[in-house]
Amino acid sequence: MKSAVLVFPGSNRERDAARALERVSGVKPAMVWHADTALPAGTDLVVLPGGFSYGDYLRCGAIAARAPIMDAVRAHAARGGLVLGICNGFQILCESGLLPGVLVRNARLRFICREALLKVERNDTPFTRRYARGAIVRYPVAHGEGNYTADAATLKRLEDEGRVLFRYVMPDGRRDDAQVLNGAANSIAGIVSEKLNVLGLMPHPENHVDPLVGPTDGRALFESLVGALEKA
Amino acid sequence: MKARVLVTLKSAVLDPQGKAIEGALRSLGVPGVSSVRQGKVFDVEMETSDPAKAEATLKDACEKLLANTVIETYRIELVG
Amino acid sequence: MTPSEPKITPELVAEHGLKPDEYERILKLIGREPSFTELGIFSAMWNEHCSYKSSRLHLRGLPTKAPWVIQGPGENAGVIDIGDGKAAVFKMESHNHPSYIEPHQGAATGVGGILRDVFTMGARPIASLNALRFGDPKHPRTRHLVGGVVSGIGSYGNSFGVPTVGGQVGFHTRYDGNCLVNAMAVGLADADKIFYAKATGIGLPVVYLGSKTGRDGIHGATMASASFGEDAEEKRPTVQVGDPFAEKLLLEACLEIMEAGCVVAIQDMGAAGLTSSAVEMGAKGGLGIELDLDNVPCREEGMSAYEMMLSESQERMLMVLAPGKEEQAEAIFRKWGLDFAIVGRTTDTLRFIVRHKGEVKADLPIKELGDEAPLYDRPWVETPRQVPIDPASLDITATLPGALERLIGSPDFASKRWVWEQYDHLILNNTAQRPGGDAAVVRVEDGPKGLAMTCDVTPRYCEADPFEGGKQAVAEAWRNLTAVGARPLALTDNLNFGNPEKPEIMGQLVGCLRGIGAAAKELEFPVVSGNVSLYNETNGRGILPTPTIGGVGVLDDIAKMATLDFKANGETILVLGVTTGWLGQSAFLSEILDREDGAPPPVDLALERRTGDLVRTLIADGLVTAVHDVSDGGLLVALAEMALASGIGASLAIPSPEMNPFAYWFGEDQARYIVTVEGSAKALVLRRAEMAGVSIAKLGTTGGDRLNIPGERPIVIDALRERHEAWLPIYMGAGLM
Repeated sequence: MKSAVLVFPGSNRERDAARALERVSGVKPAMVWHADTALPAGTDLVVLPGGFSYGDYLRCGAIAARAPIMDAVRAHAARGGLVLGICNGFQILCESGLLPGVLVRNARLRFICREALLKVERNDTPFTRRYARGAIVRYPVAHGEGNYTADAATLKRLEDEGRVLFRYVMPDGRRDDAQVLNGAANSIAGIVSEKLNVLGLMPHPENHVDPLVGPTDGRALFESLVGALEKA
Repeated sequence: MKARVLVTLKSAVLDPQGKAIEGALRSLGVPGVSSVRQGKVFDVEMETSDPAKAEATLKDACEKLLANTVIETYRIELVG
Repeated sequence: MTPSEPKITPELVAEHGLKPDEYERILKLIGREPSFTELGIFSAMWNEHCSYKSSRLHLRGLPTKAPWVIQGPGENAGVIDIGDGKAAVFKMESHNHPSYIEPHQGAATGVGGILRDVFTMGARPIASLNALRFGDPKHPRTRHLVGGVVSGIGSYGNSFGVPTVGGQVGFHTRYDGNCLVNAMAVGLADADKIFYAKATGIGLPVVYLGSKTGRDGIHGATMASASFGEDAEEKRPTVQVGDPFAEKLLLEACLEIMEAGCVVAIQDMGAAGLTSSAVEMGAKGGLGIELDLDNVPCREEGMSAYEMMLSESQERMLMVLAPGKEEQAEAIFRKWGLDFAIVGRTTDTLRFIVRHKGEVKADLPIKELGDEAPLYDRPWVETPRQVPIDPASLDITATLPGALERLIGSPDFASKRWVWEQYDHLILNNTAQRPGGDAAVVRVEDGPKGLAMTCDVTPRYCEADPFEGGKQAVAEAWRNLTAVGARPLALTDNLNFGNPEKPEIMGQLVGCLRGIGAAAKELEFPVVSGNVSLYNETNGRGILPTPTIGGVGVLDDIAKMATLDFKANGETILVLGVTTGWLGQSAFLSEILDREDGAPPPVDLALERRTGDLVRTLIADGLVTAVHDVSDGGLLVALAEMALASGIGASLAIPSPEMNPFAYWFGEDQARYIVTVEGSAKALVLRRAEMAGVSIAKLGTTGGDRLNIPGERPIVIDALRERHEAWLPIYMGAGLM
């Protein structure tokens, strides 16, 4: 698997993402600077990492979404290439128009770092094939603006098309939109594009891959990607 | 010429920050405030002195960057 | 002199925080009246914050050396060898006064400053901690300060991208007018690639890097050395605004520029900005420095030499570049979008010369600016000793379960989840022990090695007996590191006190320093960096003496790390150490009986060491399943914390039935740990303790979902947890979310 991790000024989980990718796939990803205009030849997967690109100034992800490299990312996605945006990466994907909707301030207005329980809504995507359908997994969240918002028509379309891939759930496995940790509409934690090749999610699978420092529920997401690309 | 761009959340979008400010005003004993919505102000200096041109440029700037039209609206004020 | 500059008058000198005799010293030193800019430079260099004029004499007594110490106090941060060619670089620093005036920005820039201290030395920050003290929760300002300080620390650290892994939060009415924000940062570097402030080489370019200079924080360092009156609000304009985004860029650019071999010397512009950074680089290297302020990147128009020299704009660095490296260094900085300007050069004159618009604004002897700073042997008096508390003399109406429930839900003991969930404590993916344990543990690169870190002090003890309190703060940090299985290596101290011009306050400082020194020596736990914050006083009332100790230790294998949660039902609970039922200055006395008196628990350092060394080997050999140090709140609070962390209860009994049960369960004797062992290991652990000469006693057995004490009503863990988690969110008006 040939992956590229984008680095924007203010990205800060790029090392975490690169480390998880290398640990699972055995291949070091290329680190690609935001001012570049092309991805390395043969890139299979583009990762937009977490962080505070441009200090979250203006709106989180807004300035990064207009960086030179993003045209190449759009072209890669249009070709069906895989794109994974985590946290700030998800915000950038929304701002760049690759995914619908927007991430706004958490409903309780505070940054929140804790383990979140997520339901994997489907496992027929390149990101989730190593999970059981409906599996409940633990990924940490660490964000101040993870409150997914979209207009009613967009939300309906996302639901009808089965594009909500990860949803926050309560310890009993039920979704509870009134209690959801950041106020996200329909308890949405992660969504995919129409062609299922672009995933944006707020929680951090890359921080749960290593038994020495915590749970390992995030590993299967990266294993899924490796598997999907081997098959392709 | 100088211009001011105001970006605010669309009225249908929940504004938790505005709500928090509203609550804070109430707890500070500032009377008579029924609702607060907050937003951003951009003070821009334009090279052109043609109002129509300035407005068109700023509209473009808002659509491309200053506002996220999924949730925000904008207003352009030419200050002169 | 330009006509716009004010005349030097006694009032102006006083406004600069310089006493008449200090001004006389300046006149004698330079042989003429200083210019306005020079007066500003002296005020910045000679205030308490930069010169340590009240504490320097007494700081000399601290042990600062050990075979593993690479750099002790005097640089931006301390450096210790942690093996495998790696070094840990760390320091703690206060941002108390700015945080009281503007809590969000004050705390944020405090974090920014300490991170800069660490990466200035060539280390990538791997963890951040903080020790916070606020006033009485009922004080009208406290909630605002808690909210602002926590959001400020979070916003800076989270955006910068360093995990905030631990710390302390305490409340006491003596902090009503002065909150404490002590921020600590730990970085990792190659042991042979540490960078220092000391400039070498003549005629080399002095380069300004980072954000532009504005008028922010002018006289911040002077503010940090003044007491507050009621007009604290008016000081607001001198608070700087932090830009963690710029700092993150500065970090990456500095590490890249260092890696490229461009840097001879580097110093961050912290308190007193350009002045102290330039003077330190020259003075440490035995060189002169000439600055040309026309080249300083400014954010505001028309800034004077005085303003540029005293600005405390954040996220700035000063470097001396290696010959011929200007272009390469500039390219790296431009790539990161940061300002880069050659603002001066090194000379062999030992003068500090500042030019602006063709005029010499300052021409001062560089070494004397630092070396000749006033040094005070301020008069001090010993704190009167208090007598120990006799438990039999106390009129206790509470029950044991009732007292525990009150304590565990009280401001000091209640869960601080509301705080640390606002800090990204997981970024970098190395956090092996998350907030809530005895010490945080952060993996070193890919492991298996880890660093343990903690912040500790018990101000009540320090107030009652500065010497024992100082010892105790060091011993507790050492104990917390030991309790996770780490070998304590070194400490940083952040000394927060009131007005040193009062003999009783000076006595607290002297006493605490002696205690810290004694413990650091006996425990081979040297002081490698630190910071002094004096004048924490409002309307004549000082804070509790608060010498916060930040400790760092190393674990060879984080897989063997100990944690405090009970692991399984049916395990034996043992206490190591001696329990005499010491209630003087205890949390029980303060919280349940509303009195803060008596002598604090004495610290037997030899016993401390013997006990800790035993616990560490028990952990390394895998003989214990859970470990928790016993500190304020005593045995029962420690046991409750172990139960809360696991959801597993315990059946408990007093092994010394003749003792007053409140004194037994809530006494705060030092040098104690609670451990749990599986049945098969029990005999071996008892034998090890006997061989080590450490007292050991059985407290009970784990199991069930409640804490049972014979003759008392059972304490249900879930109900206890509700109390434990409730206080802070409700206090902060957030509800139970």
